[in-house]
Amino acid sequence: MADNALQTPAQTATAAPAAAPSLFAEFWYHFRQNRGAVWGLYIIVFMALVAIFANFVAPHSPIEQYRDHLLTPPAWAEGGSLQFILGTDDIGRDILSRLIYGARLSLFIGCIVVTISLAIGVALGLIAGFFPGVIGIIIMRVMDILLALPSLLLAVVVAAILGPGLLNAILAVAITVVPHYTRLTRAAVMSELPKDYVTASRVAGAGVVRQMLINVLPNCAAPLIVQATLGFSSAILDAAALGFLGLGAQPPTPEWGTMLAAAREYISRAWWVVTFPGVAILITVLAFNLLGDGLRDALDPKLKR
Amino acid sequence: MLRFLLTRIGLVIPTFFGITFLSFILIRLVPGDPIEVRVGERGIAPARLAQLRHEMGLDQPLWKQFFDYIAQVLHGDLGVSVVTQKSVLTEFLTLFPATLELSIAAILFAVILGLPFGILAALKRGSWVDHTVMGVSLSGFSMPIFWWGLLLILLFSVTLGWTPVSGRISAMYYIEPTTGFLLIDSLFFSDDSGAFGSVVRYMILPTIVLGTVPLAVIARMTRSAMLEVLGEDYIRTARAKGLSAYRVIFIHALRNALIPVVTVIGLQVGTLMGGAILTETIFSWPGIGKWLVESINRRDYPALQGGVLLIASLVILVNFLVDVLYGTLNPRIRHGR
Repeated sequence: MADNALQTPAQTATAAPAAAPSLFAEFWYHFRQNRGAVWGLYIIVFMALVAIFANFVAPHSPIEQYRDHLLTPPAWAEGGSLQFILGTDDIGRDILSRLIYGARLSLFIGCIVVTISLAIGVALGLIAGFFPGVIGIIIMRVMDILLALPSLLLAVVVAAILGPGLLNAILAVAITVVPHYTRLTRAAVMSELPKDYVTASRVAGAGVVRQMLINVLPNCAAPLIVQATLGFSSAILDAAALGFLGLGAQPPTPEWGTMLAAAREYISRAWWVVTFPGVAILITVLAFNLLGDGLRDALDPKLKR
Repeated sequence: MLRFLLTRIGLVIPTFFGITFLSFILIRLVPGDPIEVRVGERGIAPARLAQLRHEMGLDQPLWKQFFDYIAQVLHGDLGVSVVTQKSVLTEFLTLFPATLELSIAAILFAVILGLPFGILAALKRGSWVDHTVMGVSLSGFSMPIFWWGLLLILLFSVTLGWTPVSGRISAMYYIEPTTGFLLIDSLFFSDDSGAFGSVVRYMILPTIVLGTVPLAVIARMTRSAMLEVLGEDYIRTARAKGLSAYRVIFIHALRNALIPVVTVIGLQVGTLMGGAILTETIFSWPGIGKWLVESINRRDYPALQGGVLLIASLVILVNFLVDVLYGTLNPRIRHGR
């Protein structure tokens, strides 16, 4: 769930210093150089906290309709009230509360998409890297085909086949990003395999699975972590796009893209219903992109800007 | 060069077959029999169903159906739309110019702004110019373009009233499609003097929206390519020779930095086609993106199938051309293989 996002950095923070203090300290030293990335991390942590404690933070229920307060403007605008800080939508639901619950949904989507696509992509990439014969060629050709389709088009097609809905949208988006992980893993495996330590462990009798998971995989972790972080942003963006097209989460689910689709009709009367969900998407996606850039700089000195 | 071309073609053909297979199984993955999907809720008599299945070859083994489908596709037969009963290829070709016109405008917008800003950021590395360009381009890259479109409509159409909200040309004008590109048709083939201006005003917002992500990508890529080239020894040599800054930057550095940028521009085709789905939906732009979304909503699977196949083929073709162009521009790639 959403707390996965939190645990990963937190765990590294607590576990790493005990095991290898210099490694994490070094990473943190480089990471801190990039102020944008640190801000990205702050925003993500904040979002995750809001998402986890949505029940306590949100002033109203995300689906309760206040029939007397249709399209109330935000508190600072004329006619607004402090009861609904960001105003209400066309059927009187509190926008702030919907955005807060939407954060939970978006981070959930990001986590699931990244987990599914990372698992499948890495597995396929390892197989393709270790068996470069027919199996490897077939896998990589299939990935090329998936890459030939624009990701949103592929997601739209998959969602159209599976039918609209949040889970189907998640699956659709996950399928579109698998090739990136597969290519990355395969490339990393290909560069690791000829190295002496792999040969040594093979001579010592290590099986293929051990080679894959214990020897090679940890050594391609850095690019995968970066790609997974950037994967969060594209997952959130694509899932919102599907929601906007009516192929993702269905109303009354407070998904940001779905909210925008419903708000379109009121664009000339109520700017706030159109503005805030987009701001939420932009900030979240931007935060993950900033974090991804920072991680790339910190983890991979070769790619340093 | 010929060998390079042949290996590239050898890579493209299996991909094309894969795409054909994907669009072939697409219609079979939809729950229900294709004929039952087609007749919908009206229902069909079992005898008639069997007869139709035989006529359409659905009682054949799957591999035979697939080869029949390939044969059909190679003959340019992409099936018939369930809703309009017109050939999918004809519908696609009627709507495609609108998407192409918008995409060309968008990529021009992206290149014209992206290249100079990327170069500027690289030359002023670390300055506020660099930080601004990079910050703005990262925001553009993170932008949900469907919201960006709504925001622009809110500002320029609703509040300021400068641009129309949606469509391709004002209802006052009717233009007989000659080339299908309204900019050309309205300028050269129309007697209405105001038509061209109308077309331009309708195009501004969709162009900006569709061009935003490519703009961000091109600016970032130009900057990093320029930075890499500017660090090379031959640039120092050129400077040491006493060449003017202009010559060093535009003749020596930019020409080499452009090689990866050209590739990135070519790869934007996929982004543009994906973005067209959203942009055309927001602005009711009568192109293939909007058509695809409508096909899904109307459960017009033959149209979806044909559209996906055509768009994917287009993307493959452009990527192939970019690959070849890259090989021509950069001999190291060509001879490396």
